[in-house]
Amino acid sequence: MLAYIIRRFLLAVITVWAITVLTFVIIQLPPGDFVSIYINSLQSSGSQVSFGQAEAMRAQYGLDQPMTIQYARWMGMMLQGDFGMALAWNKPVKEIIGDRLVLTMVVSISAIMLTWMIALPVGIYSAVRQYSFGDYAFTFIGFLGIAIPNFMLALILMYVGYKYFNMSIGGLFSPEFENAPWSLAKAGDLGKHLILPAVILGLAGTAQLIRIMRANLLDELRKPYVVTARAKGLAETRVILKYPVRAALNPFASTVGYYFPYVVSGSIIVSLVLGLPTVGPLLLTALVAQDMFLAGTIVLMLGILTVFGTFVSDLILMWIEPRMRMEG
Amino acid sequence: MATQPTSPDAEERISVATQWQLMWWRFRKHALAKVGAIIVILFYTAALLAEFLAYSDPGFVEAQRSLLPPHGIQWIDEGKFAPFVYGLKGTRDPQTFKRVYVVDPTQKYPIVFFGEGFEWTLFGRTVNRHLIAVEGAPAEEVLFLLGTDTLGRDLWSRLMYGTRVSLFIGLLGVMISLFLGILMGGISGYYGGPIDTLIQRVIEIIRSIPTIPLWMALGAALPREWSVNQVYFAITIIISLIAWTELARVTRGRFLALREEDYVMAAELAGCSQMRIIFRHMVPSFLSHIIAATTLAIAAMIIAETSLSFLGLGLRPPAISWGVLLQDGQNVQALAISPWLIFPIIPVVVIILSLNFLGDGLRDAADPYG
Repeated sequence: MLAYIIRRFLLAVITVWAITVLTFVIIQLPPGDFVSIYINSLQSSGSQVSFGQAEAMRAQYGLDQPMTIQYARWMGMMLQGDFGMALAWNKPVKEIIGDRLVLTMVVSISAIMLTWMIALPVGIYSAVRQYSFGDYAFTFIGFLGIAIPNFMLALILMYVGYKYFNMSIGGLFSPEFENAPWSLAKAGDLGKHLILPAVILGLAGTAQLIRIMRANLLDELRKPYVVTARAKGLAETRVILKYPVRAALNPFASTVGYYFPYVVSGSIIVSLVLGLPTVGPLLLTALVAQDMFLAGTIVLMLGILTVFGTFVSDLILMWIEPRMRMEG
Repeated sequence: MATQPTSPDAEERISVATQWQLMWWRFRKHALAKVGAIIVILFYTAALLAEFLAYSDPGFVEAQRSLLPPHGIQWIDEGKFAPFVYGLKGTRDPQTFKRVYVVDPTQKYPIVFFGEGFEWTLFGRTVNRHLIAVEGAPAEEVLFLLGTDTLGRDLWSRLMYGTRVSLFIGLLGVMISLFLGILMGGISGYYGGPIDTLIQRVIEIIRSIPTIPLWMALGAALPREWSVNQVYFAITIIISLIAWTELARVTRGRFLALREEDYVMAAELAGCSQMRIIFRHMVPSFLSHIIAATTLAIAAMIIAETSLSFLGLGLRPPAISWGVLLQDGQNVQALAISPWLIFPIIPVVVIILSLNFLGDGLRDAADPYG
């Protein structure tokens, strides 16, 4: 069991390292280096930078060094919590993305919780009442959920809300709370606004989990031990919930590891449509402005948090699933 | 069972049927999958015939016709079947300054099928035939089946061109993914051991990174001065570099399962070369699984391209794709005034649904002995 945790942890560390390399490549990709972009932005605001000053800046940022050394320096900066400057804001990247990163995770995690809360009972219902009207209805909604990319669903709901209910359904806070300090009332307001993005983000995943749960449970229900349990006179709910559902949960739980990155990924584009104050809109503006330090840091942070989330869900999985503990 | 045998005759038919016949019989029973297959074929046919199905030049800009609502064809004229469209007059609302269009019943333009319209090239020859055309006026000025965008370009015609780009980016991307997936999955599953572990870890790493931010960053890094075609290929490659992992997983799984089969051992004992075992004996038996996985992968690719282009980081105008078209509908206020801009969502949903049904049916049929 310890070996398993260590193996998972090592994999997480390697993944984080791979993400840092990718991020570094992304930062380096656009033509011209950070200094020339920075100077351009200075010049467009009217200040002049001499050639000598530019060279001095390059030396200061180590841009005259070979790639590997630049990477090492950049990593060093990162480890000290220095993520560079965001050009358009002229502020440290750290200050800009802090809150937004937290909100991104809040949105993603609520989507996953909602997915579980819906998929589990609906999956059980669809299997136990196979081919009932409810089963067909959920299957149909499920297929739609898979077929409508989440940003389109967001667009449609925005349109419907705006046109027929005359309300704006975007954002994560009501106007009066937007710049207010954190309080219980603000958290409650956030909770209300979270439902819609969570539904939009979770729908596709929920649909898939319902299908998995239904198929697994149907397999289990046909097994002889279920018949035995019934024959012994156990109550029907107990027959189903106590054994087959537990057995069917296994693959259900093991998909969470891949589901988390998927939801985080989706939250970026859904946030853009719904105007949520997550890192999504920030990432887009940073990329369009070629502000690569900001964009790179966002990609890096999202990657690290995702890896961390996956690691935690692995630990939870191990706690739920005894067979996993035996492995490794 | 593949099919229900009703007589000894039918039973005999099953026992001598080839694998592909069994699969076909099983697939045929899948009603939704059949519908899906037909729709997919129709969509790809439409994509091939984009110029013919369009009736206006997709790049034709006319500010006087901006944000025009869909304007349908009248099929019956004075009790006879004679399709025509009414002319339109554009004016400005004196209060809101919005452009409003009023139907002018005095002007009728007959619709003809296989008529003449804008010019396009077919195998190097210039042709001007279109499925629908208008007589008496250029189609660009009177026919707007799905309305127009902010620049007055006809949405129907642009949708036809966008369908081609979006569907073929899916196909092209899948080919690259398929190559990578079968190669890596095949190596992984056939050799096993440390190579397998390494490839599996790489796949795990790729899958644990959120894809959209990564795609966005790579898409944004493409040089602005690149031509439409260069961007097209670059985006295809970016998408497929991440999407191959699922196909590799399927391939590896099949290889692992097949390695233990008796007939593979028999082939080994008979002295077949490795290449012959892989391509003559193993690949045919899991080809169907790969085809099913590929169908589902095309849907994922189409979503990826649409998402990226929608954000403005994928294909860029003047390229036309579903995502590019949907970019116009990004803003709720714009949508509230001109809801037809969101129409390209419908083909996206229909094709993804169809590909999913088709893929599911193929996956069930892929294992006719199961």
